[in-house]
Amino acid sequence: MDLTFSDRETAFRDELRAWLADNRPEAKPPADAGDDAQFAYRRDWQRRLYDAGWAAPAWPTEYGGRGASQSESAIYFEELGRARVPFAANTLGLLLGGPTLMVWGTPEQKERYLPPILSGEEIWCQGFSEPDAGSDLAALKTRAVRDTAHPDEWVVTGQKVWTSGAQYSKWCMLVARTDSEVAKHKGLTYFLMDMEQEAVQIRPLRQITGEAEFNELFIEEARIPDANMVGGVGNGWKVALTTLMNERAGLGFALQIRLRQLLDDIIAAAAEKGLLENPLYADKIAELHVRCESIRLLAWKGLTDAERYGQPGPEGSLVKWLWSDTNQRATQLAADVIGPEALISGTSWSYELLRARGNTIEGGTTEVLKNIVAERVLGLPRLKVAA
Amino acid sequence: MDFGLTDDQREIQRTARDLLAERATFARVRETIESHPPAGTTDTALWRELCELGWPGIAIAEEHGGQGLGTIELSILCEELGRTVAPVPFLASAMAACVIEQAGTPEQRERWLPGLASGETIGALASAVDGTAGLVVSGAEADVIVLVEEDGSGRLLTPEDAEVSKVAAIDPTRSAALVSAGPDAGEALEDGCPGLGRALVAVSSELVGVSERALEMTVAYVKDRKQFGVPVGAYQAVSHRCAQMLLDTEKARSTAAFAAWTADADPEGLAEAAAMAKAAASDAGREVTASAIQAHGGIGFTWEADVHWLFKRAQIDAALLGGAGRHRARVAAILAEKIAASATA
Repeated sequence: MDLTFSDRETAFRDELRAWLADNRPEAKPPADAGDDAQFAYRRDWQRRLYDAGWAAPAWPTEYGGRGASQSESAIYFEELGRARVPFAANTLGLLLGGPTLMVWGTPEQKERYLPPILSGEEIWCQGFSEPDAGSDLAALKTRAVRDTAHPDEWVVTGQKVWTSGAQYSKWCMLVARTDSEVAKHKGLTYFLMDMEQEAVQIRPLRQITGEAEFNELFIEEARIPDANMVGGVGNGWKVALTTLMNERAGLGFALQIRLRQLLDDIIAAAAEKGLLENPLYADKIAELHVRCESIRLLAWKGLTDAERYGQPGPEGSLVKWLWSDTNQRATQLAADVIGPEALISGTSWSYELLRARGNTIEGGTTEVLKNIVAERVLGLPRLKVAA
Repeated sequence: MDFGLTDDQREIQRTARDLLAERATFARVRETIESHPPAGTTDTALWRELCELGWPGIAIAEEHGGQGLGTIELSILCEELGRTVAPVPFLASAMAACVIEQAGTPEQRERWLPGLASGETIGALASAVDGTAGLVVSGAEADVIVLVEEDGSGRLLTPEDAEVSKVAAIDPTRSAALVSAGPDAGEALEDGCPGLGRALVAVSSELVGVSERALEMTVAYVKDRKQFGVPVGAYQAVSHRCAQMLLDTEKARSTAAFAAWTADADPEGLAEAAAMAKAAASDAGREVTASAIQAHGGIGFTWEADVHWLFKRAQIDAALLGGAGRHRARVAAILAEKIAASATA
């Protein structure tokens, strides 16, 4: 056991930290500046990262990355979180789309799509979930059928939901049903859908925070050429799993650091008000501190075990479960420690309090995570549900 | 960064697990307990064997007759002994040695450590209020007892220095005693009792072992036990509770492992790491073993099923050297100290 970073990792961290110190983005636009201003801000930030070679250090050097190890990639997200900089505009392309193409894409697809993902010139969004296919993703109903007149084209009709950044996106990672005769996991195909067509209508989905981070997509006979199919007909589930596996890996470290900062802010506020000497507050704060440390340790353990032994432990699902629950508790405790300000609209406290409710739902609900832990980690039997 | 054990450490773990799987089965534990009612007793044959193997001295310096290994190695043995609830005074002796080694004078070390390392001397460690400790694990047979007051002051007592009366704690796998000493009895230890952090790592690691075993037994049981025609582990009310048991155990394991590493690699950070580990492990031990009884249903409430040994051991360990609440208070105090220090810096 050695819980220190290697010289190489430390050098990586130092270099990034120094760069971030010299290249901090300007102050974020005010909350009422509008979505377009917020997006432009994030796009500019990605451009700055890109110009310095920091947009996606985990990508191999041949695709414009730094070939960073998983640990270095985790350090990258920890440092971005620590510097409190925004997420890059094309985070989904960088974290999900690019790595998925690297595994499943043809040489032509890699050449065509990877560079503009990295630079942020083309934004990507994710068309997986549907109104009737959330946790049971493979039950999705959006259909793609070959156009009889143009056999190298697909015609897609259906509805997608929780699509963040759709209004700014050029490409959508779309999973659609191409065969309804076979088992539900087997009839899916993975496409890159051009968002710039009339057949794709976007409706913002206002969430409990009041903002519209997500959208609904209404797809009415959209066209996708064969060349935009990823991984072949009927292979969509496997390709989608590659995307989903990448979903939690990097971002988790940034989120873990943000929780740490939130907690540090709560602790500082509590100390200022003398609440750390109040046993009721002290107990709750210390419990969150222990959880936060445990999240950090479990996240690093999962990652370094996977790196060293090629075998990730059960940590992935546990970390997401523990993080989301702890973030909710922290934002709730903030309301007690901070007082009324935490409940006034427009403060970061109230925003975090509301936004945290999504944490236990997005990226795998806590209930699904518990099923995964029970079935895949503990080996418990699955209850057969009547069809 | 590497959370794994070294080859040597893995070997210690494997050897310990194999030995205890054979020598400290639940059947053997039960036999030891039931042949010596009502209070806890030692499996003397097992203890003798462990002493011959040098277990008690694993983390004691070689100059005092120990093996001179680290806190991680000590925590491995504690975890394995926790898994089996072996009726031996290992934990108490090891905890006492941790404190004597770091908070004792050269004379005290010379006097006590060789015996603690060989196992000829039994030690015990407990927190006390004004010289009284209500439940000193292995205190009834201890030759040397370390009492630590809430302010961190500690002293070293022989049974002659104090009133030691055996009590029957709910955990029959180890003896317990009520120890009471006058204000001037015994010898003072260094202020703040350095070494206490390691003792906390030891008991936290034992709790990890207890939790881990309770989870394994529960998973095996709910896979096998059928109601309404299906294994009860297929019901989410049961399976999600099992998932929670794993989460609690992993929280305890990660913080205990971190504290064990910190003890040798970053002693400055040990006070905080040890308090975090004890808080997480105390909660996990109680919750996980309670869930184990619940998931076993009616059979879990019987004397015949073995889960109650784990529940009882967890109860004692959770309270030992202060429960989760006390250690969270300690964590909060450390956080406050850090903030005050950074404000004046």
